[in-house]
Amino acid sequence: MAMLELENVHAYYGHIHALQGISMTVEEGEIVTLIGSNGAGKTTTLRTITGLLKPRKGTVRLEGEDLAPYPAHKIVARGVSMVPEGRGIFAKLTVAENLDMGAYLRTDREGIKKDLERVFALFPRLKERRNQVAGTLSGGEQQMLATARALMAKPRLLLLDEPSMGLAPVLVEAIFDTIVEINQQGTTVLLVEQNALMALSIAHRGYVLQTGQIVLTDKASALKENEMVQKAYLGME
Amino acid sequence: MNQAQDTTLLDWRTAVRLGLLGGVVTLYFGAIGMVLTFSVRNLLGTFVNVGQILAVGGALTAGYLTGRAFIKSGQRKSVIPMGLLAGFVAGLPPLILVIMGTLFPINPMFVNINDELVQLITFGLGPAAGSIALVVLSAILGLAGASFELMNERWRKALINGLLWILLLGLFSENAATILEKFIGRSAVRWMFQNKSLNPIAAVVLFLITFAFSYMGTGEKGRRKWETMPPAAQSQWRRYFLILGIIFMLALPWMVGQFLSQVLFIVGLYVMMGMGLNIVVGYAGLLDLGYVAFFAFGAYTMGVLTSPQGPGGGVLNFWLALPVSILVGVMFGVLLGFPVLNMRGDYLAIVTLGFGEIIRVLAYSNWLAPIIGGAQGVLGIPSPSIFGFELNKPEYMYYLVLVGSAIAAFIASRLRDSRLGRQWMAMREDEDVAEAMGINLVQTKLLAFAIGAGFSATSGAIFASRLHNIFPNSFGILVSINVLSLIIVGGLGSLPGVVVGAAILVGLPELLREFAEYRLLMYGILLIVMMLVKPEGFWPEAARKRELRGEEEAWDETESVPAAAD
Repeated sequence: MAMLELENVHAYYGHIHALQGISMTVEEGEIVTLIGSNGAGKTTTLRTITGLLKPRKGTVRLEGEDLAPYPAHKIVARGVSMVPEGRGIFAKLTVAENLDMGAYLRTDREGIKKDLERVFALFPRLKERRNQVAGTLSGGEQQMLATARALMAKPRLLLLDEPSMGLAPVLVEAIFDTIVEINQQGTTVLLVEQNALMALSIAHRGYVLQTGQIVLTDKASALKENEMVQKAYLGME
Repeated sequence: MNQAQDTTLLDWRTAVRLGLLGGVVTLYFGAIGMVLTFSVRNLLGTFVNVGQILAVGGALTAGYLTGRAFIKSGQRKSVIPMGLLAGFVAGLPPLILVIMGTLFPINPMFVNINDELVQLITFGLGPAAGSIALVVLSAILGLAGASFELMNERWRKALINGLLWILLLGLFSENAATILEKFIGRSAVRWMFQNKSLNPIAAVVLFLITFAFSYMGTGEKGRRKWETMPPAAQSQWRRYFLILGIIFMLALPWMVGQFLSQVLFIVGLYVMMGMGLNIVVGYAGLLDLGYVAFFAFGAYTMGVLTSPQGPGGGVLNFWLALPVSILVGVMFGVLLGFPVLNMRGDYLAIVTLGFGEIIRVLAYSNWLAPIIGGAQGVLGIPSPSIFGFELNKPEYMYYLVLVGSAIAAFIASRLRDSRLGRQWMAMREDEDVAEAMGINLVQTKLLAFAIGAGFSATSGAIFASRLHNIFPNSFGILVSINVLSLIIVGGLGSLPGVVVGAAILVGLPELLREFAEYRLLMYGILLIVMMLVKPEGFWPEAARKRELRGEEEAWDETESVPAAAD
């Protein structure tokens, strides 16, 4: 059974038909990436999965269970954690308080403590700055914090929305290395990216999204060689 | 502090600008009649009154600001002449009042610019000599204000302390007299306060005492001693202070008399409302401008249920009607919450504003008049009583709001540190992220509205049983604005801030009744100055202080992390 399965999902913003029949699967333990240009519907797909936007048609299934009846906060409780685009940290709270908020739904103190150690091991910078106000962190550190906070919820499926946005190349590489590490520790990852080259180099499989439709899907390595992908998203002629 | 922070040097233009600002403010105060109204309050004997202070206060402030600006830019030498210049310039605009008052009859337009005002600001010396006196005095005060910053810390603090005490006792001489009578006897008080103001000799004595205390640094020494104390001893002392505080609060109405007890009672009502609105606005970040509606629900429920003249026929006594009132408030809190679930910021504010007005209009309406009396209101609401003992004096009712506020504060502080409190905080910071974190926004929002409404309804119920008669016009928009202002002035999200804010915004105007017509002007000035100088409020909550007080503190914390982490 797939970890996550979208079947012919249609979603709207008002009259705008944003998702026009998306079907995709994410297997347990995979890194799957969703690439596409601005406005293709990448973020909308994530919002549909997390329940922030309800599909008008089609189903979203988590381990075989239809998510339609669950509101957003219940879906988080079922093990889906999202790192929103533009990082979405609580800017006025400290790093430690932000991480605390991530573990908001959990009640196992011991487990939370262990996970805190784990994210501090993944992101040593955050440990150094744990009493600093999150809004004063650098862009890269904020991205780390957003990712760390999502991990504090102990998700089985981690949704990342544009983790590379606005970051220096060296930081992008660091973030992507960490994503691989998180995946190797047993978390399934669905990665939405505009930086297609980076995304395809760490993902197992990929989907290409265009104006609300999946136009292409393959192994990541194959997509990287695909002529159309190279032309449209990798900037190669 | 005295280092040059700005590289650009200031010149005379700064002084002139600040001086003009001070002068124009004075001109404005004079033209709207504030100077004249305030001149009724004598400060020292019959020589100095608040109106005169207001007339030259602009010069003093301009001088002070000029002095500070020049010290900040490292031009210590220019402080004195520039302060003098600023004061001099500040003395010029008020002359317009003199010219207009004597040469041009513009009374029809500016009723407040008249002979009396001219007399006042020219110190009764006549227009020509008086004008010169006014400008000279302004210049001297500008100089005094500027030299303030040149003094060393100890002197300055002592001087401010001494002057503040004189101002305080002079301004509230009547209230101070009633309190002091109980401690130092009637004849001593008679001597101290003549002509409804402080006797000049008494003022000098008072100044010397407070100055000396401050100069010796009694408070400073105490603080240092406190900081070096071991934690165990600190908590011991804290307990003593707490007990002392409780005893003080319990004894308060008997020390201050009936009038001040009534003022304390009203402050208490606003503290309770503030605690509630603080949850809605401060914790949860939902800007609610219709908060008075719940106050009205509490008051009307109490009135209808307990008044023998009402349709309820006085079926319930206060203690049985109180929980019903709270319940009604909570219910309507949830009811208001539902339609506004998806609204944020400005839109939420507008809708809640409308809701508050709807409730007031309904209270006025003929439609509901058979139940709640329309414009006639509900009359004959009885006082609460305990075991047959009627709480019919402000001194007794004070205890009721004291207990009520204490409970409200306790609940609010427990909620802040609870899971729910964290949900509110997360929602305040970012609704989307909060939802992505697994927080049920619907429940969280409704709980904020409901609990906030409950506090307000409690306050309203007590209000009704103290006033005995309630009318729709007691529940206007101004109450909502008052409560909102007081939590902002105190510091959004902070509990002690609510008490400080209520004391300043509700208590002070009650004590300065004759200035009531300038109440809203004062609010406006206070809020603007607060936002510029102390945006986090008088007693801010930690997170907000961090946000608004720059990054220096945040960085300091980082630096101490390695030590804390090891």
